[in-house]
Amino acid sequence: MGAQLRLLRRRINSVKSTAKITRAQELIASSRIVKAQQRMQAALPYEREITRAVTGVVSNAASVDHPLTVAKENPAKAGVLIVTSDSGFCGGFNANVLREAEALRGLLQSRGLTVVPFVTGRKGVTWHTFRNREMGGNWVGFSRKPAYADAKEIATTLIDSFKDDNGIDEIHIVSTEFVSMLSQNVVVKRVLPLEVEETEATDTTVIPPYFEFEPTAGDVLESLLPRYVESRIFTALLQSAASEEAARRRAMKSATDNANELIRLLTQEMNQARQAEITQEISEIVGGANALADAAAGKE
Amino acid sequence: MAKLRVGVVSPEREIWSGEADMVIAKTVDGEIGIMPQHAPVLGVLVEGGVLRVKREGEGDLVAAVHGGFISVADNEVSVLAEVAELGSEVDIAAARDALDRAQASIEANQEDADAAIEAKRARARLRAAGEEV
Repeated sequence: MGAQLRLLRRRINSVKSTAKITRAQELIASSRIVKAQQRMQAALPYEREITRAVTGVVSNAASVDHPLTVAKENPAKAGVLIVTSDSGFCGGFNANVLREAEALRGLLQSRGLTVVPFVTGRKGVTWHTFRNREMGGNWVGFSRKPAYADAKEIATTLIDSFKDDNGIDEIHIVSTEFVSMLSQNVVVKRVLPLEVEETEATDTTVIPPYFEFEPTAGDVLESLLPRYVESRIFTALLQSAASEEAARRRAMKSATDNANELIRLLTQEMNQARQAEITQEISEIVGGANALADAAAGKE
Repeated sequence: MAKLRVGVVSPEREIWSGEADMVIAKTVDGEIGIMPQHAPVLGVLVEGGVLRVKREGEGDLVAAVHGGFISVADNEVSVLAEVAELGSEVDIAAARDALDRAQASIEANQEDADAAIEAKRARARLRAAGEEV
């Protein structure tokens, strides 16, 4: 009995220290979500403006043919940028992204395309290397706090490969979109070739102004489009960073809750064991005393 | 007179926004001055340019802008810079240091394109801070 009691005490202690760790992780994640959200907000004006500018150029100069806007006739390879996190402890976050990426891979393969994955985040890279999947590129070390330079580096690699005749012909991004603290969705977006939404102009009452270009529409587009791709990737990275922290907070919260529940159950069990031990001791003492008393009575 | 609504944004944050009477920027074709009622323009800015925003009753707002675009439509001016810094935020000592280093590496290697850009940026930052270069 004594051994069981000691065992339970030891287990409670270990669960308690685990709960302490997960609780701390939860609090850290909560404070990081706020910062990640602020960074997301700060990046919004730029993204909005650059999208407007791209819409302006494309709707003004429909005749502009740019390699980045034109869909290749016989696409053979598709690049998929998969945005995952560097560290774990975030529940199903990476599993969800990777599952969606696999679904997209199947879809693209059914169209007869070879899929080249480009991966950011240590978890995604490990996932691919473990399966011996060749990657077109991988980047790690900034999933929690992506800088614009990181997005630029990724965009440059993707665009170079896109412009290359033997490179990729389409670029898709699989990442997690931050909707709110409680809800994050995995989204798949096609970045290149650009989807020029012609319906948009007729839907909105605002007619896009007729732009003059300095120096020419082609030159503007030439430098605008890479920036636009960079901005899209940067947004995906920022959203993913915020979502990662939100997923981590939720995972750590349920871990803490589970640990507390376990502590409650174990404490109950321990109390029972202790009580049983005490009861047994008492009955042994009483039994022993009775036996002694009986023996003494027998002698007289 | 109508005013311009100006926004200077970089990918990581909004640098400045407010009203102004005139905006002067440097595109790859040359300097461009924008006043209210300007026709819609979309221009590519040079690497290491200085943006000047003229405001009534206040001093000019000066910023070092490296690459990016200026877009003008309906009295709204957006400057989309890859990297931008307000003149008042520039660390003059650091910029001078960067300029010296860039010039040293240009002297060592004439075809050092990175150093040339670095030097341009440092000069723009110093000019934005009101220093003579």
